[in-house]
Amino acid sequence: MATAEAAIAGNDNIGLTAKDFATDQDVRWCPGCGDYSILKQVQTVMAETGLSQEDIVFISGIGCAARFPYYMDTYGIHSIHGRAPGFASGLKSVRPDLSVWIVSGDGDCLSIGGNHLIHALRRNFNVNLLLFNNEIYGLTKGQYSPTSPKGTITGSTPYGSIDTPFNPLSLSLGAGGSFIARSMDRDPQHLRATILKANSHKGTSLLEIYQNCNVFNDGAFFAYTDKATKPQSTLFLESNHPLIFGENGNKGIKLDGFKPVIVNLDEGASKDDLWVHDETDKIKASILTEFFELYKDENTLPRPFGVLYCEDRPQYEELMADQINETIAKHGKGDLDKMLSGSSTWNIE
Amino acid sequence: MRTQLKEATILFAGDSGDGIQLTGGQFTNTAAQSGNDISTFPNFPAEIRAPQGTLAGVSGFQLKFGSVNIYTPGDECDVLVTMNAAALKANLSTLKKGGIIIANEGGFDAKNLRLAKYPEGVNPLNNQTLDDYEVHTIDVTKMTREALKSSNLGQKEIDRSKNMFVLGFVYWIYNRSLDKTIDYLSAKFAKKPELLEANINVLKAGYNFGETAEAFTARYEIGPAPLPKGIYRSISGNQAIGLGLLAATQKAGLQLFYGSYPITPASTILHELAKYKNFGVKTFQAEDEIAAICSAIGASFGGALGVTGSSGPGIALKGEALGLAVILEIPLVVCNIQRGGPSTGLPTKTEQADLFQALYGRNGEAPMPVISTRSPSDCFETTLEACRIAIEHMTPVLLLSDGYIANGSEPWKFPKSADLPTIKPSMATPRSNGSDEVFLPYKRDEKLSRKWALPGMKGLQHRIGGIEKEHETGNVSYDPDNHEFMTRLRAEKIEKINEHTPQQKLDNGPDSGDLLIIGWGSTYGSIKTVVRDLIAEGYSVAHAHIRYLNPLPKNLGTIIQSYKHVLVPEMNNGQLIKVLRDKYLVDAVGLNKIKGMPFTANEIKNKAVGLI
Ligand code: SF4
Repeated sequence: MATAEAAIAGNDNIGLTAKDFATDQDVRWCPGCGDYSILKQVQTVMAETGLSQEDIVFISGIGCAARFPYYMDTYGIHSIHGRAPGFASGLKSVRPDLSVWIVSGDGDCLSIGGNHLIHALRRNFNVNLLLFNNEIYGLTKGQYSPTSPKGTITGSTPYGSIDTPFNPLSLSLGAGGSFIARSMDRDPQHLRATILKANSHKGTSLLEIYQNCNVFNDGAFFAYTDKATKPQSTLFLESNHPLIFGENGNKGIKLDGFKPVIVNLDEGASKDDLWVHDETDKIKASILTEFFELYKDENTLPRPFGVLYCEDRPQYEELMADQINETIAKHGKGDLDKMLSGSSTWNIE
Repeated sequence: MRTQLKEATILFAGDSGDGIQLTGGQFTNTAAQSGNDISTFPNFPAEIRAPQGTLAGVSGFQLKFGSVNIYTPGDECDVLVTMNAAALKANLSTLKKGGIIIANEGGFDAKNLRLAKYPEGVNPLNNQTLDDYEVHTIDVTKMTREALKSSNLGQKEIDRSKNMFVLGFVYWIYNRSLDKTIDYLSAKFAKKPELLEANINVLKAGYNFGETAEAFTARYEIGPAPLPKGIYRSISGNQAIGLGLLAATQKAGLQLFYGSYPITPASTILHELAKYKNFGVKTFQAEDEIAAICSAIGASFGGALGVTGSSGPGIALKGEALGLAVILEIPLVVCNIQRGGPSTGLPTKTEQADLFQALYGRNGEAPMPVISTRSPSDCFETTLEACRIAIEHMTPVLLLSDGYIANGSEPWKFPKSADLPTIKPSMATPRSNGSDEVFLPYKRDEKLSRKWALPGMKGLQHRIGGIEKEHETGNVSYDPDNHEFMTRLRAEKIEKINEHTPQQKLDNGPDSGDLLIIGWGSTYGSIKTVVRDLIAEGYSVAHAHIRYLNPLPKNLGTIIQSYKHVLVPEMNNGQLIKVLRDKYLVDAVGLNKIKGMPFTANEIKNKAVGLI
């Protein structure tokens, strides 16, 4: 233990910039990939957190997104497919002092690693999980993923996929996630702000990031970034603010019982009747996660971005340490010789 | 009348709800504490609560104790205590001709006979089938109820204490004191005085029954064994692994993290370690086998000793992560408590068929040290060794035990913590402020192992992963020459570990001669017994038992060449033998048993004699 303690002495991130978090390795994503923007925003945010490089660990699985740790000048593990949360759980258990980040794609996180995701969420280690969702398998050259919409035509589904896709945020909320948020690669400012919020949340912060794979699934999220559709299709959530969207904020969302309804503020609807976002309201958050219909027209409920849900709940590593401390308080620190002799011995002379 | 004996084997058998394991465990403790050497073999049914009275529900606890050294729980038993008809049917074949049967009459009623699949109207206690044995029928149920007739307990609770009657009676036969069991009961029922009193009464009733019943006149005396002087305790294999892990991390100054998923027969290691909270041990019951090993690797990355444990099927699931640990070159201990396979196989039975899995069961060239334990108490030292190798050589290590060792127990002359060797992790040195010295995470020392650089260490940020690494820098590299170089380097690093492990020693026998018996794992006791007997009979036979299975000890080849014949008994279809033939081109002969049961000494003896 002495060694681990020596390792964490002193936090001296003085005036680090985004550049200090870049490595000398060539970044090898396809030109134009949304991952570049995410990398840049993460590096920028790291400099703002005040954390030292050596106190940060990035852990990934397999996939395009999983190359992320190689490009961060922090500690990092590029692990195996889908299992990053497992590594993070062990690391955080023994080193609660570290800032631990999991980077995972939709295939990694929701397909092969789905089991680890749900258990990580319910346990609530204080880690950040960045889910790069591009609705496709990039690294293996373009098969459909668990988030691809039904009917997606790919090499493995030449006649269209027949699977119902996951709704990652609804799944995460259902698994007991304590922080559920969404952002996108093409909105750097929003992305940075949301990463910072994920970082300050104590518990497992799940941040889904819509990421464009311009090679195998170009434009999957253009409805949310295109000037023509963005105002109608996106809803930027802000705590304690009414749900307002649309061209110049002309639309709002009201709750009719449990049913969300779009109202037009230009046509007589009052702001006072609108649904006011409360990050801590789990029932409402579950309704928000169901704003998931593919964008068709102005009658489609807009896709929410920002923090959908945030709950203060004990973190696993804290509970683990508490139990240890309580046991020590009750029985005293363990004595190896007592353990070796056990409760019942005899003497042979 | 008291008869002096050197050794005796008792098999307690009954329904899994009859408290057989507890009864056997109590007899073991009492015998051990009076100085006998002892070896035990609990044999559980696969189902937790198989239908009562059926053959599938039979639970057994065999123990051999003696005034001489005891290495196995015995081939045949002298006494069979049977609580019901199914237990008799399932175990009669292990009873010596002329052996004693103590049968609970209440367990041989029409219903129990039917459940045990005896033909209509047949009761083995009443016909001639048991004429070769000395049968004592006692209505234990009735006697127990009688003993507790003034108690306020319900019928069910009263009947549950009938194992104490049997235990008391067997104590009487072997002239043992009830004190240790009374101590045990007092602790167990400290908060339930009624149950405590009832159990003690029944225990005494069983003992007194021996005194008063005239039918049973023989009593036996088995004196203390010539064990080395010292203080002893009783220990089971999985307990010893838990203690070994704890001791190793204390001696290395590291946190212990154990990530595991429940599986028979490995779960009790998790239970054991979960109790060690006041040592700061962190246990993590993961969502599956894969998460379990990944969490352990994550913990090791953070500077703790990460450990995971499982049995064959779970180890198969961990395969990919094991390969990752190999290429990460990070300390990790993986315990495989083997059981019968393939697939789910025989979960509660023992086998040593995962050696190939341990040696070769990963994709790519992924060599890993493999070390095996031979008996319950040996688990402690072997575990210490596994941890030492993992920590000092920066490598995952596979520790092989099996169900027979895990659940068996024996007396252990436990060490003092001060006498245990220190383990020295080879930590990297953090950079001082202003230093621009480049850190090379895969730079190696003379053992070819790299330094352990922990998150939080200034200036040593580095990224490691499953993609091939460039020599020294650890950067991703697809260079063909580098891949071949690194593959050979990783193999050489593991091979070199035998410069830091002991040479192979002979357990017994001459340095050269007619026959060498080579074993590994839990066959130790049977082979040892056989070799001891054969030497006494004048044969030229030696025994080598291998702990370090990869890399093999440097001198093993020389030893093998010094004998005319080599016999390799294994509880598998021939695995170590193939390794030995491959490595030493030796014409070894195998003896293979794949019944989910340990070898009897006789099975090995017959084969050995046939070879010479
Ligand atoms: S395949 Fe797609 S996700 Fe992968 S790097 Fe290329 S553009 Fe990015």
